[in-house]
Amino acid sequence: MTATEILFWFLSALALFSALMVLISKNPVHSVLWLIVVFFAISGHYILLNAQFLAIVNLIVYAGAIMVLFLFVIMLMNLNNASEPQRNSLIKLAGVVAGCLLLMVMVSAVRSAGEISHSQATSDGGIGLIENLGTVLFTQYVVPFEISSVLFLSAMVGAVVIGKK
Amino acid sequence: MITLTNRSKPVNRKKMTFLESIYIWNTFIGMMITLKHFFKKKVTYQYPEQTRPYSPVFRGVQILNRDEEGRERCTACGLCAVACPAEAITMEAAERLPGEENLYREEKYAAKYEINMLRCIFCGFCEEACPKDAIYLSETHAPAAYNRKNFIYNKQDLLIPNPKTQPEEYAQAKGLREINKKKK
Amino acid sequence: MIHLLTIDWLLMLEKLILIAIIVMFSLLVAMYSTYAERKIAAFMQDRIGPNRAGPFGILQPLADGGKLFFKEEIIPSSSNKILFILGPSLAMLTAMMTCAVVPWSTDLHLFNKTIPLQIADVNIGILYVFAVVSLGVYGIMIGGWASNNKFSLLAALRGASQVISYELAMGIAFIALLMLTGSLSLRTIVEQQVTSHWNIWYQPLGFLIFFVCALAECNRTPFDLSEAESELNMGYHQEYSSMKLGFYLFAEYVNMFISSAIMATLYFGGYDIPFFNEAAHTDWGNWLAIAGAVCFMIKISIFIFTFMWIRWTVPRFRYDQLMTLGWKKLIPLALANMLITGAVVLWMHK
Repeated sequence: MTATEILFWFLSALALFSALMVLISKNPVHSVLWLIVVFFAISGHYILLNAQFLAIVNLIVYAGAIMVLFLFVIMLMNLNNASEPQRNSLIKLAGVVAGCLLLMVMVSAVRSAGEISHSQATSDGGIGLIENLGTVLFTQYVVPFEISSVLFLSAMVGAVVIGKK
Repeated sequence: MITLTNRSKPVNRKKMTFLESIYIWNTFIGMMITLKHFFKKKVTYQYPEQTRPYSPVFRGVQILNRDEEGRERCTACGLCAVACPAEAITMEAAERLPGEENLYREEKYAAKYEINMLRCIFCGFCEEACPKDAIYLSETHAPAAYNRKNFIYNKQDLLIPNPKTQPEEYAQAKGLREINKKKK
Repeated sequence: MIHLLTIDWLLMLEKLILIAIIVMFSLLVAMYSTYAERKIAAFMQDRIGPNRAGPFGILQPLADGGKLFFKEEIIPSSSNKILFILGPSLAMLTAMMTCAVVPWSTDLHLFNKTIPLQIADVNIGILYVFAVVSLGVYGIMIGGWASNNKFSLLAALRGASQVISYELAMGIAFIALLMLTGSLSLRTIVEQQVTSHWNIWYQPLGFLIFFVCALAECNRTPFDLSEAESELNMGYHQEYSSMKLGFYLFAEYVNMFISSAIMATLYFGGYDIPFFNEAAHTDWGNWLAIAGAVCFMIKISIFIFTFMWIRWTVPRFRYDQLMTLGWKKLIPLALANMLITGAVVLWMHK
């Protein structure tokens, strides 16, 4: 076992544990904080894959901005145990079925992903570095990239329109 | 509208220009003002080592005076108590017995003389009222105390030290006022 | 079986010592920033300031720290205990984490080894700084919420929205600089400035925007809305006492130190000594590195002084003024700056 492997197992365990805690913890603020820990663990994985740019952008965008807004909203709503709605057994059953289906989809995805060559997934590939990523984004994938930016622009315009009402 | 002084300025409610609205230029002007103060002479007195000179008309704690031979000047006439607007002064008179001529200047003296420092407003009327020059306001403050009793100053607290037996303390109690007067 | 030999223990030791030195140094600077703050405030108000503890009051920070340590530790009974303790810890942690990517000087040569005076020269250095700064808001938010006090909560929300708003303008101002440097590594940015001109000559407006945003990110006056004494009774750290309060106050000064270091690195040449050709004096060896570090510290001190100078000049903004300045003035300015820079860069390269 090398240092990288130790880090991998540690980060995986941390990610899974905190993801579970997001679901288990009663207090929504705690859930949000556990989710931030998940993001940190995933960023750690990105760094192990030599994708430093992705790791740090993951932190800036998700942990730094989106989760702050989540925390904002949750703090203002003052959720507590008393205000949690009672769920009937039918909804619980539907939840279990949906969860099992999602698990099946994910397992099949992971199984088929095993065929992807390992060279890209190890630290030898420099695709996660900022220069390579930028080059690929602005040459090979320039159309999807620009289309996604248009999507964001329309989302922003929509938000402004709703806010003005 | 009638203005009280000609210094008042009407509030400017004009819309700010862009340069004003990013505050940077105005902040810079303000910073130059504070920088000017940075190099100005400081007004602080380093208190225990360096004291601020009292004004010549300062009125502090009362002192009961003695004459040059160390005899108490007070005759317990009660004029100070009458003059006192805050009614802080009480006294009891007594007659001088034979053999006490070196203690009291006149035939009558104050056996008990009390000033309540919680009431005293340091107006100095007692000093003005006294015909015998027996009470005057010194240049010291009344110190703080923990209970009310300690604020009632009796004769022992108020009397000036004897110039015959304790000349140094007497000079000190006489205060800076005399020294300052001489300087002028 | 773990192959312990696969890890370069000597490198680890070297980095650990470097981290310890830099952390201690940041704390020392933060300590004396509190002293400098009081002295500068006093001088600008025609006073003398603390001068009793030691000569010229030099030991005042020690006295303050000792006082904080001996204060009673109070945790409000209705607070969320874990988060209440986590808040100041996070504030301090994020404040200290930023110094990992700052290049303090050129390499030192000791014991036949080259020791870079930088904890980690990662190729995304400045993005790391942005990430850590954006995480810094959690210290305020968690502390403010866990206190279970309405003033603290209000202050935390104010602080969070302020930091988010000004991060945008800061990022856009920085993109303009990136177009010129073409690198995210702080060391590369500094080395470019050592050989040519400082970035301030190319990006004066960008620097101004960056500076204003840095003031806001550090919660310094005139942007100290999250600790407005007059409106919110001390703001997010109202319920804190003893060393937890000390951590919050300290984190502010560490933040100020680090953001001064970042500004000096990005716009004022980092450890570059002005009017001095480093390349012609390579025979100086380690002394050159030390001179560079000292020069860097002088630049940082000038920035810290400016931070305090502004604090004791300008009153606090109103909340609407803060938001107007951030969204309606600084972001358009930063965008314009970015577009003009981009156009000029394109034109120059053609």
